[in-house]
Amino acid sequence: MPTLITNDTTRYGWAAIVLHWLIAAIVIGQFVLGFVMVRLSSQRTAFELIQLHKSFGFLLLGLVILRIAWRLGNAAPALPRSVGPLERRVAPLVHFALYVFQLALPLSGWALVSVSMLEIPSVPFNLFVMPDLPLAESDPAESFWTSAHWYLAYAGIGLVALHIAAALRHHFWLKDTVLTRMLTPSSDHRAE
Amino acid sequence: MVARMFGFAAVATCLAMPVFAAVALSDAAGSYTISPAGSSIRFSVGKAGGGGLAGAFASFKGSIRIDNSNVGRSQVNITIFPESVGTGQGRVDAFLRSDAVFDAANNPEIQFRSTSVRRIGETSALVTGRLTARGKTFSEKFTAELAGLKAGTIKFHVTGKVLRSRYGMDVGTPIYSNVVDFDMTLTGRRG
Repeated sequence: MPTLITNDTTRYGWAAIVLHWLIAAIVIGQFVLGFVMVRLSSQRTAFELIQLHKSFGFLLLGLVILRIAWRLGNAAPALPRSVGPLERRVAPLVHFALYVFQLALPLSGWALVSVSMLEIPSVPFNLFVMPDLPLAESDPAESFWTSAHWYLAYAGIGLVALHIAAALRHHFWLKDTVLTRMLTPSSDHRAE
Repeated sequence: MVARMFGFAAVATCLAMPVFAAVALSDAAGSYTISPAGSSIRFSVGKAGGGGLAGAFASFKGSIRIDNSNVGRSQVNITIFPESVGTGQGRVDAFLRSDAVFDAANNPEIQFRSTSVRRIGETSALVTGRLTARGKTFSEKFTAELAGLKAGTIKFHVTGKVLRSRYGMDVGTPIYSNVVDFDMTLTGRRG
């Protein structure tokens, strides 16, 4: 009996599934945290939430690197036959873009805190000191990376929304296995 | 011995301040008003990974009274206005003034009232007192080293450590240390 940890050409394994949902939860949580933390009147709570946002950002970066390595070292399941020719071409592009954003968002945040004149150390979950990226501190650099982080976040939200809409369309409209095969590696999905 | 060496060094460097090492208490006795011009109240807070956050209070007032017969009955009172905090970074200053740290709008004064002064060397003393910030009062100790005495002016170098968490200012720990290092130069003018 084959292990259910790894992918094969017909289904995702547990590792890919767990990484997908873990990263999904963190990314959506980071969107919410990011919007809330810059709109608070309490500077104290804002400071603490920003540090939490940084902690989850570094966790996200680590998980995304692991996920990309796993993706490259594993078989990618083929799309079900129900997927049409246009989507067959667009879906891989959107998935690729999602990977780019998963990397670029935490990296741009890391760059932002590295160049900030505030020089607030990054200590993920109060566990260890994360060094800054070797970038020069300056107010213009901080403005640049702040804007970059915001625009990437907006674009990322758009992509995630598109991705969720597509998954729901497959599940409720086309009634295929695109969503369910990301829930469990059950062999039922092979029937498709 | 250290105090003697300090005395020699002081004599050597401050020609305007002779008989420094053997300060007769009666020479220094009297009431002084802290002069902002010759004084500074600096602080620093260490941070994770090295370095720290350093700043100063630009606005403060106070008095020093040195008792003629009993140094232990000397008195030091200082009032710091936290609104005047400065670190060289405006956003940090705004954060320190806000309710995250000093809450300067509701707590415009930080007060120190000495309760005892104990001589620990020829030119140094341990000053114990009640520090009040954000409505909380705790006993704190500072070391005062005489750094100059001449014609109606007395100068002290004062150092001490304060745990900020006790005053409801623990924001940012442990990224920023709970220990605030104070380094003050207090110049008093007689009268």
